Amino acid sequence: MTSLSNTDRSVAGRGALGAAGPWILAALLLGVLPMLFGSPSSVTIMNQMAITIVFALSYNMLLGQAGMLSFGHAVYMGLGGFFAMHVLNWIEEYELTLPLPFLPLIAGLFAMLMAALIGLFSTRRAGTVFAMISLGVGELVAACSVIIVAFFGGEEGVSGDRTVAPFLGMEFLHPEDVYYLIAFWLLLSALGMYLFSLTPLGRMANAVRDNPERAEFLGYSARWVRYGSFVASGFFAGVAGGLFAINYEILTEENLNLATSGMILLVTFLGGTGYFVGPVVGAVVFTLLQSVLSLQTEIWQLYVGILFVATVMFFPQGLAGLIAMHGPAMRAGRLGSLAGPYARVLIPGAIGAAGVAALFEMFHHLRTAAPGDEAMTLFWITFDTHSAAPWIAAAAAAAGGLFLAARGAPAMRAAWDEANRIAQGGAK
Amino acid sequence: MDLILVTMIDGLVTGLLLFMLSSGLTLIFSMMGVLNFAHASFYMLGAYFAYQISRYIGFWPALFIAPVLVGLVGAAVERYGLRRVHKYGHVAELIFTFGLALLIEEVVQFVWGKGHVEYNAPESLQFALFSIADYEIAAYKIFMIAVAAAIFIALLLILTRTRVGMVIQAALTHPDTVEALGHNVPLVFMGVFGVGSALAGVAGVIAGPVLGTFPGMAVVLGSIVFVTIVVGGLGSLWGALVASLLIGWLTTFAASYNIGMADLLGALGIEPPADLSESLLRDIWTLSLPQVGPILPYLLMVLVLVFRPYGLFGNRDA
Amino acid sequence: MSVPALEISGLTKNFGAAKIIRGIDLTVARGERHAIIGPNGAGKSTLFNLITGRFAPSSGSIRLHGEEIGGLAPYEINRRGLSRSFQITNIFPRMTVFENLRCALLWAQGYRYSFWHMVGRQRALNEGAERIMEEINLAARRDVPAGLLSYAEQRALEIGVTIGGGADVIMLDEPTAGMSHSETDYIVDLIRKVTEGRSLVMVEHDMGVVFGLADRISVLVYGQIIATGRPEEVRGNPEVQRAYLGAVLEKEEAAG
Repeated sequence: MTSLSNTDRSVAGRGALGAAGPWILAALLLGVLPMLFGSPSSVTIMNQMAITIVFALSYNMLLGQAGMLSFGHAVYMGLGGFFAMHVLNWIEEYELTLPLPFLPLIAGLFAMLMAALIGLFSTRRAGTVFAMISLGVGELVAACSVIIVAFFGGEEGVSGDRTVAPFLGMEFLHPEDVYYLIAFWLLLSALGMYLFSLTPLGRMANAVRDNPERAEFLGYSARWVRYGSFVASGFFAGVAGGLFAINYEILTEENLNLATSGMILLVTFLGGTGYFVGPVVGAVVFTLLQSVLSLQTEIWQLYVGILFVATVMFFPQGLAGLIAMHGPAMRAGRLGSLAGPYARVLIPGAIGAAGVAALFEMFHHLRTAAPGDEAMTLFWITFDTHSAAPWIAAAAAAAGGLFLAARGAPAMRAAWDEANRIAQGGAK
Repeated sequence: MDLILVTMIDGLVTGLLLFMLSSGLTLIFSMMGVLNFAHASFYMLGAYFAYQISRYIGFWPALFIAPVLVGLVGAAVERYGLRRVHKYGHVAELIFTFGLALLIEEVVQFVWGKGHVEYNAPESLQFALFSIADYEIAAYKIFMIAVAAAIFIALLLILTRTRVGMVIQAALTHPDTVEALGHNVPLVFMGVFGVGSALAGVAGVIAGPVLGTFPGMAVVLGSIVFVTIVVGGLGSLWGALVASLLIGWLTTFAASYNIGMADLLGALGIEPPADLSESLLRDIWTLSLPQVGPILPYLLMVLVLVFRPYGLFGNRDA
Repeated sequence: MSVPALEISGLTKNFGAAKIIRGIDLTVARGERHAIIGPNGAGKSTLFNLITGRFAPSSGSIRLHGEEIGGLAPYEINRRGLSRSFQITNIFPRMTVFENLRCALLWAQGYRYSFWHMVGRQRALNEGAERIMEEINLAARRDVPAGLLSYAEQRALEIGVTIGGGADVIMLDEPTAGMSHSETDYIVDLIRKVTEGRSLVMVEHDMGVVFGLADRISVLVYGQIIATGRPEEVRGNPEVQRAYLGAVLEKEEAAG
């Protein structure tokens, strides 16, 4: 569990192999995944996932590592992506030789340059002011996309063709070819960002996050530490943009607007900002959620919104935090004692949530379905939304499930406290 | 000349509307240190509530009932949401209100659909009050100005003349001391959050018929409101007023005067290049004022922050 | 005579119309342990904040090793060899004890804003942090987040972080505030040990600590220094007796 945490454990104590272990494992996993999930749609999802991971990790360099909340991080991914798209078009137009795998590097450098300029005034202060400036800059750049048509391509955006830049005979025609390129950059970027957190600048980013004033009395200007994090984060966001350009071959205003910036905040927070792997977890879960839910229901964004607000209110450590929370109990071998109480809360809770979702879906169907279309299928059951029975059933499931879950909660809490008390007692 | 006057009135309407939002936001921010990202969402709720109410009992009751409802929603958000998140710090609070803004937009879409709803000004106000040259000034515009001015004066009186206002002013600077005096600070916070939200709700009720009532209306205005309070200086009510009017006039004038970059460059004696196919040059030469109007507030913000990092009237750190 | 470690002359600070520091002259020699005492509200903390750059002085000069530092930012002053602790514990709560100390060493060891060194591989850095951790007796708590330490441990860490960078002028703001007797003894020993060969300026209310530790004492009353001298001189000074010390010593004797 310790390797999950970025609360400042030094790697000096462990052997070089121990430190490299998780990375070798990750590389193997990335190599094997397309053999396990080889269908085109799986590869598409995996590509999207990998790009989101790079983007979210770069976002967490700001939010988790340096304590800077940005509402405009899409700007750097977008700028990197647009620039990569132009480079791709220049390769075609002027018949340049630049292998495709180098494109994300160029995108990253361009985004880094932009971050270096914008950071000059935006990182002067932290907290709310930084958040507001990032929002303003984000809106400014997004609005510019319809004005500076030469760079942003107006409403259609900029598109290109990735096959003009072959590498070692590979043409990158299919998504599967691109997968390995993206996986390579994912690994490289993640490693780069992890190592950054172990450099003096990365360590001081944590210090400035915790206590900017004290950092100043140790010889570091909080502002320039923030600036350093901001520029580095801009680079990796740009890499993500380059990968996006390669994968989708088109960039539009959507790639740099507030919605995308907000999405990456959501992804990162959902995963957990206090852990290096948090954004990875967040990106994987969110991408799966998005691709599965959006096929099933039109109001999936409503569920995502509820999930996000619930995360902020009840689990601010995110999913990675929830997992790590069970570390002590697991080491003490007490996880088993939690299973029963968990099941008594989570199973009725799930039924209740399904009931609520069913009510939402029926209401939505009632409002939006064409007149006369009164049949809908939910949870593999087809029924008439204008009859009372399904409403009563859903309401009963919702009320009953939530009631049972609420009743089981104290017992779950007690079991949790007990497991941790024993875990702590065992450790001492 | 006439156009200037008409544009002045339009800009005043926009500016006062912005102020109704930015004043509540500033009040909440300076008391609780929370920048409420969902503030514009309460504005949207105001418009939708008023739409729903006016379908049953008309616009005039809605003008009073809808803001009260929005205020109650706001108070509930503070009591059951924000207070819970408070212990994790201001960044967590900001993230919470951001999530709330997303959620409210989804809920509004869910309940009222994705398109515009038919929310119109009351018929009793649908006439031209007077005209300046050929431009007719709708009575509704003057009504909006009157409502905004009335709210501004009421706010000023409450803050400076009443006991509650004194407590609020004291809580602004010394939350702990006020608690020692026996005032219930959490209750004051809840009240201020509710009243701030209600103010945004009023803005929604009267702006909905003019600017349109649709799920994106919060996003459209929201970012501008944040820009406004950053430009004015976080936590300064006067700053919020000045910046609101400034941005109101700036955007309205930019939208009404179609001055192109070509005219400007021509006046400076720069001839357009014969070949405009170089697309970057074309972008520059075809630039016009209405086109750049929407980005002016953001440019203004960046400039203000570069030269006066605390905003025009600000003096406190966030 | 060599250049003094710290030389303050004609220093004033006004907050609006309120004159908090009203013309201070003070010299601290190299290797000297200097205590500043005085009643509450005399301006001790303000003086500290002026010297360390938290506030800019209204007028006057502050020289560190002969170099003017008045009005510089805290980090610039720190880089010139002056480090301070805080009255209210001011550490990095989410980072471990070891990480807190390592961060304190980074700038002094010349890493600046480096993003190409791996901190885990820098032998001198890690050994330095380990050594300070031993000195402040927190080696057993190496990997505990600083926010979870006991109060006395946090105070010790605060001192460790302050001395970590190897600054030769150390300023401690009420290092024993809020401590029990045994904790105070521990901290005093610690201060004596770690400030060996350095200049120390400290604000302290505990007269036992002050008279046991300081080579010289300055008495600050109402924004001015009314006396400076060796402990026995200050103790015998009638003006000091009248303005401050008499009451304090009586109270201590009554309590003791």
